[in-house]
Amino acid sequence: MKRSRDRLRIGFIPLADAAALIVAVDKGFTAQEGLDVELVREVSWSNVRDKLNIGLFDAAHLIAPVAIASSLGIGHVRVPIVAPFCLGINGNAITVTPALHSALAEAADGDLLDPMVSARALGRVVAARRRRGQDPLTFGMTFPFSTHNYHIRFWMAAGGVDPDEDVRLVVLPPPYMVESLANGHVDGFCVGAPWNSVAVDLGIGVILHFVSEILARASEKLLAVRQSWSEENPDTLLRLVRAHQQAASFIEDTRNRGEVAEILAAPGRIGVAAEVVRRTLDGNLKVTPSGAMRASDRYLLVGRHGAARPDPIQAAWLYAQMVRWGQAPLSPEHLAAATAVLRPDLYDAALGRSECAAHAGEPADGIGAFTGPSFDPADIAGHLSAWSIKRGG
Amino acid sequence: MESTKPGSGKAGCSSTGAALKILLIDGDPIRREILKAGLLEAGFLNVVRIESTNGLLDQVYRIDPDVILIDLEDPSRDVLEQMFQVSRIVRRPIAMFVDQSDQSTTEAAVEAGVSAYIVGGLQKERIKGILELCISRFNAVARLQDELARAKDALEARKLIDRAKGILMQAKGLSEEQAYAALRKTAMNEKRKISDVAQAVVTASDLLK
Repeated sequence: MKRSRDRLRIGFIPLADAAALIVAVDKGFTAQEGLDVELVREVSWSNVRDKLNIGLFDAAHLIAPVAIASSLGIGHVRVPIVAPFCLGINGNAITVTPALHSALAEAADGDLLDPMVSARALGRVVAARRRRGQDPLTFGMTFPFSTHNYHIRFWMAAGGVDPDEDVRLVVLPPPYMVESLANGHVDGFCVGAPWNSVAVDLGIGVILHFVSEILARASEKLLAVRQSWSEENPDTLLRLVRAHQQAASFIEDTRNRGEVAEILAAPGRIGVAAEVVRRTLDGNLKVTPSGAMRASDRYLLVGRHGAARPDPIQAAWLYAQMVRWGQAPLSPEHLAAATAVLRPDLYDAALGRSECAAHAGEPADGIGAFTGPSFDPADIAGHLSAWSIKRGG
Repeated sequence: MESTKPGSGKAGCSSTGAALKILLIDGDPIRREILKAGLLEAGFLNVVRIESTNGLLDQVYRIDPDVILIDLEDPSRDVLEQMFQVSRIVRRPIAMFVDQSDQSTTEAAVEAGVSAYIVGGLQKERIKGILELCISRFNAVARLQDELARAKDALEARKLIDRAKGILMQAKGLSEEQAYAALRKTAMNEKRKISDVAQAVVTASDLLK
């Protein structure tokens, strides 16, 4: 089990937002920092969490709410996790079957591109199905403690749809999402790239929303390490952050996009067509099987607009969702433990920066939700009181 | 824990083992059989295997097991984690087996590639023996697969060396012993494996054809 300090084993799930990690290693940025990294491709978030927790991994590409849940000790054993680098902001999308998309379009009282219009339309479709005695709609997401779970809940609840009572919301591993949409097990899902595009390309899904239309700025995956490991290996950690920052800058330079897409598309990495990865990085996605395109410069942020610098407000928002949906109790101690996961101080220490540069065009409250009051991390109870559909808080 | 002897009774089960319903989720059909046989020998008579993880949640509810054992290579593990949650679709809560007082068992399980979940209020002591049995079987299967892979490699290497010897015998008029000695000498001088030198000879010969 004992490895020398410079040999690291890092776990990841084959998703586009593992880009900074994969490029850091495969493009040699970690080697330049004197780190010998073995990347291990994993099949489930449970595996990534457990292997990080018990020390089989030194670091991991980890979905932000799993890191927070691990630090809080909810759903599993308590192992404090810290993230010195954010691997991505945004990147998720909500995809529905062509049949559900038609039903939503028929029920819409405006432009379906507006998430409030689509959420209200969903409310009408759900009510009509209930009147006709049909089964509730089923939606897939990736994990109980996942951004996907909170994003799709936030959206549908805004339209008056209770995600626990009015529809079935089920966990599906990302590789099974598309198959489940094809065989009718689900009517829609919220998942990261490239799976939405894969469903569209197969002609079985329509991308309804980029999550960046629902929340302008949503922290997605983290470079996560055990807090104890960060304290035992401070120098290695800073080198790891520097290698990631170099990778993020390389990825965001549009001249490198072709090369980056090839690196990520490799069979041992994400393992899909380079062209699909490219669309994700460029934020220019085919959204319907007939070929309609939608572009957004916010679809997936890997480093630009300050995306790589961990922001504790993001952890507070995710914790607030855990409270809203009855996964965690509301307490100042829990909030403090959740926000302590995101460590801008470690990011700054690695890169020799002392303050966070303001980024023009970013939401004032750090989140930019399409509905509801501004998010205030100091008043989570107030945030929760704005919503009628909730379990806890 | 390393014992793989049949009927070694490591699971320490008693007659109560027969009453426990154990659900096995393992995509490897050979290992699934080995596990089931091991559990039966240890007195766990009520072992259910599933073939497909389609609609896993519904299958789990239909089978209604007390213990779930899952191969870590199966992405459906995340589906099981949903059953920790309190919600309308979860009828009987499950929890991952984690023994805080015996961290080594949990670690050994993850390293071996298996995980265990406890359904309802089953006591932790009752699952530990089952998990230990699984760990030893998983490790035994991994060793067998490793040995098989090495045997295959050795066979491939031998075939390659035979081809290289044939090429050298024909090209340079050497005897079989002389051809082998030439390969071995080159390998020693260049600090490479004989099979690597043989591969180089075969490749070069193919190029010159």
